[in-house]
Amino acid sequence: MAESTTVKRERLKPPITNVGVLGWLHTNLFNSWYNSLLTIVTLIVMAFLLPPAFQWAFVDSLWNSSAEACRDIDGACWSVIPNNIRFIILGFFPSGQEWRPILAMVLLLTLVVYSKERSRWKSSLLWLWAINLIIMGTLMYGGIFGMPVVETSQWSGLPLTFILSFFGMIVAYPLGILLALGRQSNMPAIKTLCVVYIELIRGVPLISLLFMSSVMFPLFLPEGVTIDKVLRALIAIILFTAAYIAEVVRGGLQAMPRGQYEAADSLGLNYSNTMRLIILPQALKIVIPPSVGILLSVFKDTSLVVIIALYDVLKTTMVTLSNPKWAGYSRESYIFLALLYFGFCYAMSSYSRKLEKELHTGH
Amino acid sequence: MKDLQMNNKTQKSNQPIIEIHDMHKWYGDFHVLSNINLQVQPQEKIVICGPSGSGKSTLIRCINRLEEHQRGQIIVNGIELSNDIKNIEKVRAEVGMVFQHFNLFPHLSIIDNLTLGPIWVRKTPKKEAEEMAMMYLEKVQIAEQAKKFPGQLSGGQQQRVAIARSLCMNPQVMLFDEPTSALDPEMIKEVLDVMIDLAGEGMTMLVVTHEMGFAKSVADRVMFMDDGEIVEQNSPDVFFDNPQHERTKLFLSQIL
Ligand SMILES: Nc1ncnc2c1ncn2[C@@H]1O[C@H](COP(=O)(O)OP(=O)(O)OP(=O)(O)O)[C@@H](O)[C@H]1O
Ligand SMILES: [Mg+2]
Repeated sequence: MAESTTVKRERLKPPITNVGVLGWLHTNLFNSWYNSLLTIVTLIVMAFLLPPAFQWAFVDSLWNSSAEACRDIDGACWSVIPNNIRFIILGFFPSGQEWRPILAMVLLLTLVVYSKERSRWKSSLLWLWAINLIIMGTLMYGGIFGMPVVETSQWSGLPLTFILSFFGMIVAYPLGILLALGRQSNMPAIKTLCVVYIELIRGVPLISLLFMSSVMFPLFLPEGVTIDKVLRALIAIILFTAAYIAEVVRGGLQAMPRGQYEAADSLGLNYSNTMRLIILPQALKIVIPPSVGILLSVFKDTSLVVIIALYDVLKTTMVTLSNPKWAGYSRESYIFLALLYFGFCYAMSSYSRKLEKELHTGH
Repeated sequence: MKDLQMNNKTQKSNQPIIEIHDMHKWYGDFHVLSNINLQVQPQEKIVICGPSGSGKSTLIRCINRLEEHQRGQIIVNGIELSNDIKNIEKVRAEVGMVFQHFNLFPHLSIIDNLTLGPIWVRKTPKKEAEEMAMMYLEKVQIAEQAKKFPGQLSGGQQQRVAIARSLCMNPQVMLFDEPTSALDPEMIKEVLDVMIDLAGEGMTMLVVTHEMGFAKSVADRVMFMDDGEIVEQNSPDVFFDNPQHERTKLFLSQIL
C-alpha cells in the first residue's frame, strides 16, 4: 500500500563490472596490479602442472586390473585400492563376518546424519545414541545371537578409527564439562585439581600419552591384570580430548552473562539445576562449532595409534603396501587415504559452519 | 479459642518480614554499605531512591544473598542469612526479584521460563505449574505470547514476563531493581501498571526506582540512600514536601 503512494524513482542497474562473470573476475582476480600478476603466475604454474597430473591420474591410469598389468603403464595404478579395499577398510576382522563392522559403521553414519537436524535435538536423541552405541559394540564384539566373538585385537581399519574418535569424543565430552565446571568451582581443592589436570594434559603431545597408556600404565596394574589394548588407547584419547573440551566449554561458560546466574539464583534453584537447566544448555550451544573442531582433530589424531601397534585405517594401508606385489603404489594409496579423511573432515567442518550460521540467527 | 487464633494472626502480621540490623558490606576495601537498619512489615511497599553508586542495588541484592554482607544480621521470613546454602535457597524461594535487564532465560519459551521455578524448586507437578503460569501471564496481560521466546518480545513485555516468573513462586516479598530503567518511555507505563496492581493486592515490595510518580502513589515509605547509608526515610508526603536532610533536598531538586 505504502509503496504505491510514494513517488516512483528511477531504478538504476548496477555498473556492469560488479555483476556476472566479468564482474566476478574483476573483483576477485584482477582488482589490482599485483593481484592480476598473481593470477597470471598461478595460471602459468597450473598450466605446467595440471596436464601431466591429469594424464597420470586419468589418462594413463588403470582402475581395476591386476598388479602385473600395472607394471606396464606410466600412469596411476588405482587398482591397488579395489584389490585391497577389504583389508584397508576392515583389516583383520575375520572373513565371513564383514557385515558386522559394515553394519556398525552404517548405523553410526546414519545416526550422525540423523542428528544433524536441530529440531531433533531432544533428550530422546541421547537415548538413541546410547542404544546405538551398545548395538555397535555388540556387533563388533559379538558373543551373542550366534555371532562369534571377535577380540578387540582384531578390530582394525576404519571401524577402529571411528570407535577411537567417536567413542572417545562421546565419553570425553561429559568429562570435559565436569572439568570446566570444576575449574570454575569456588572450592580451591577441586579448582586446583582441574587446572593442574587441564594444563598438564595440554602441555603434553597425544603420542606421549599413548605411549604411557600402552607401556607405563600396565606397570602400575597388579600382576595378571591386563587391560585391553584398544581400551588403553581409548582411555588415552579420552583423557587427552577431555582437557581440550574443558577449555572450549569454559569459553562458553564465560560467555554467559551474569544475569542468567542471578536470575536462576533468585528463583532458589540449586547449583546443579542452575547448570543443567539454564547455563549449560546455552553455553554448550555456543561452543558447538569449536567442539566439532575438536572432533575433527581427534578423528585425524587417531592415526597416531599406529605407534602402539594398533591397526587403524592408516596402518592397514601401510600393511597393504608392504606386500611386494603392491609395494610400488604408495602414492595412489595415500591419495586415496587422504581423500577418505578429507571427505569426512570436510563434511564435518561444513556442517559446523552451517550450524554456526543457524545458531547466529536463531535463538 | 477464637481469640487466641486472632491474636496469633495479628502477632504474626506484626512481625517484620525483613529485619536488617547494623548491616555492613565491603567490596574488597571499599565500604559500600554502612550501618543499615531496616524493618519491613508484611504488605509494606518501600521505594528506595538515591544517586547512582549509593548502594541501592547492593542493598536489595543482599536481601536475597546475591551479595554477601560481612557484618550485622539480615533475617528474612524468620531465616537468618548466613553461609548455609540451604537457608539461602529457602529465602530465595520466598523472595522474588525483578532485574533492570529482565534476565529471562532466552533458550526457554515464555511458559517454560515461568514453570521452571515451581517445577524444580517447589516440586509442583508440571500441569499444575503450567496452569498457574497461564494465570499469571493472564494477569500481566501477555497470555497470548506463552509459546514465544523472550527474544521475540518487546522490552516491556519481557519485563512483565519477568514479574510473572517471580510471582509463580508465590513469593512473600518482591524486590525490584530499577525495573523500568532499561525500557523505552512508551513501555514504562505497562510495567508500572502491573506493579501498581500487585501493590493493590497487598504484596510486600521493595522497589529501587527513579519513577517518583510511582513512589508518591504507591509507597508507604520512601527511603533515600547516599554513599552507602540510609539517610532518611519517611512517608511519601513528608519525604517529597518536607525533606529533612540537605542531601535529600539536593537529590530531590536534581530529579524533580
Ligand atoms: N561487584 C562489585 N565490585 C566492586 N564494587 C562494586 C561492585 N558492584 C558495585 N560496586 C560499587 O558499589 C557501589 C554501589 O553500587 P550499586 O550498584 O549498589 O549502586 P546503585 O545505587 O544501585 O547505583 P545505580 O543507580 O547506578 O544502579 C558503586 O560505587 C559501585 O561502583
Ligand atoms: Mg543499581
